[in-house]
Amino acid sequence: MHKAAEIDIVSVSKVYGSTTAVDTISLKIPGGTYCCLLGPSGCGKTSTLRMIAGHESISSGDVRLGNVVVTDFPPARRGTAMMFQSYALFPHLDLVDNVAFSLKMKGIDKDARRAKAMDMLRLMQLEAYATRRPAQLSGGQQQRVALARALITDPEALLLDEPLSALDPFLKIRMRAELKKLQTSLGITFVHVTHSQEEAMALADIIVIMNDGRIEQAAHPRVVFEKPATAFVARFMGDHNVISGRVTKSQGGEMMLSVPAGADFVATGDNGELTDTADIAIRTDHVRIGPPSEKGLGFTGSVTNVEYRGSSVKLSVNGAGIEDFTAIITDKDFFANPVKVGEAIQLSWGREDAIVLGRLKH
Amino acid sequence: MATITSSEPVKGQAIKAKRFHLLPASISYLQATPLTLILGGFLLLPVLMITVVSFWDYDFAQMYPDFVTFNYTETLGSWVTWKTYLNTLKYAFMVWVITLFVGFWVAYFLAFHIRTSAMQMVLFLVCTVPFLTSNIIRMISWIPVLGRNGLVNSTLISSRLISEPIEWLLYSDFAVVLAMVHLYTLFMVTPIFNTLMRVDKSLVEAARDAGASSWQILTNVILPLAKPGMAIGTIFVVTLVMADFSTVQVMSGGQSASVALMMKNQMSLLQYPAAAANAVVLLVLVLLMVAGILRIVDIRKEL
Repeated sequence: MHKAAEIDIVSVSKVYGSTTAVDTISLKIPGGTYCCLLGPSGCGKTSTLRMIAGHESISSGDVRLGNVVVTDFPPARRGTAMMFQSYALFPHLDLVDNVAFSLKMKGIDKDARRAKAMDMLRLMQLEAYATRRPAQLSGGQQQRVALARALITDPEALLLDEPLSALDPFLKIRMRAELKKLQTSLGITFVHVTHSQEEAMALADIIVIMNDGRIEQAAHPRVVFEKPATAFVARFMGDHNVISGRVTKSQGGEMMLSVPAGADFVATGDNGELTDTADIAIRTDHVRIGPPSEKGLGFTGSVTNVEYRGSSVKLSVNGAGIEDFTAIITDKDFFANPVKVGEAIQLSWGREDAIVLGRLKH
Repeated sequence: MATITSSEPVKGQAIKAKRFHLLPASISYLQATPLTLILGGFLLLPVLMITVVSFWDYDFAQMYPDFVTFNYTETLGSWVTWKTYLNTLKYAFMVWVITLFVGFWVAYFLAFHIRTSAMQMVLFLVCTVPFLTSNIIRMISWIPVLGRNGLVNSTLISSRLISEPIEWLLYSDFAVVLAMVHLYTLFMVTPIFNTLMRVDKSLVEAARDAGASSWQILTNVILPLAKPGMAIGTIFVVTLVMADFSTVQVMSGGQSASVALMMKNQMSLLQYPAAAANAVVLLVLVLLMVAGILRIVDIRKEL
């Protein structure tokens, strides 16, 4: 059984010239978890992964693996293995030599390393292709070779840089399941960089959402989805309406928000500080058609778009100072009382569905 | 929708058919015609003529159409020819080894150690700057540098490192190889640089991730991947050296011979059929060498 290492990132920054790619982030990834670094392109997630791997120097801060500070270690001494975005398989070597590459570098003799590489290929169900070159394989097979090559070093943590981005949608979902299964069976720490929320939700034990070189939220997918920490998280994860406005009242874990030239809204939670403005999030799939049960839990607007999605219908509504408010209504509820574009509609939600979002201190 | 989209291309084809009355196959032939004419007229035909002439008879004044093989038997039966071929092959080998070594490192430096592509291009253009002057001029420029009272000798004497000028600097094999390396290294740099530029940089990272040292990365990843470029550069350099006569003549001061120089001398004696036979032998030899290189290294991906 592999040893799974905890990865501890302490106030790590990465500065390229005058731009800061990663801005003093701290993160603890417990051993044996599947962690997804999620964010839009340019948010610093790949730089973070490469700093953990040792392919990027750390401008300031420390990275610890288990009890060892690996900040100044070369990649191979860290106990991590990296799987590259384009797999970076050696085109001039067959699969056995590709997988056995790191053993060859260590000076292990040919028979021993080839035998171990064959075992690894067998684990990935690729033994039939052992003598082929990478170019003769499909994308999914290439990915499995890259996995085999990374895992042959018995790493404590596997670092994956957008491993599924080169695959077609169908294969993406299949390989996703295989990755999760592999992580569970090996029990080692996986750190997976992706820009797909769906992928992160499906795989991760911890989702780390990054934006602009900073961590917006690091939590279990369910927490990220149900209690997004910031407006960025709520917007990036999707399925949330984010409303910004002026705070008019804040007491007892509840807040009254006033939208410019529009309505007032009530939300539960507290952003912990006395600011003039605040953001609240309302789940799109918890919005109902109908009058609100009490003031501040709904509004009346005009429908700007209706999108039929099979089991549900997506409505876009403008009104009460809110642009492009999305409501996902079940098909049954919608067709019981259909509306057309341009018609006025009353939308409402429950008291617990509107939550106050925090803000990062800049 | 389906009917609209399917009818449109049919209409388009109908219009096209009215404009061009040529069959698609004849269009392809038409496209290939210019190159066929050029290669046929300036490569195939001369080679054929040389081959034909190599079987002709001749005397001091004229050639006589005939079918005789003594041009070949004389060429291949003479120990002078064999010695000249061996000498030419020696030059080819020495120049190849040196240009391969120098060329690889220049290309490696340009491809892996220069970060910005703008700088890469600037430095690559710097490499080509000497090519703005003629081959002959660049070759002759070596004479005042290497000569008995040339730059090198006078510097060494005035700095009291030697008391007598070094004789082998000019008009020697050393001078010939030096000039050839100078003339032909870029033909090695260019294809290797081109190949290395296409090497995915993440392969180097993957190798480092697997624990490879810089030396191991070089021998296990970069060198094998540079092979096609090296093969193309080798073909350039070997064929150029095998066919060279001016460098050998100027830099050896007439003391060494090469196959092409031998042919030139035969031609100045109006022994065209003998020179033609020699040319055919040389052509066959070079083609065999190229075939050998292609057997060892697969360069198809580079073309």
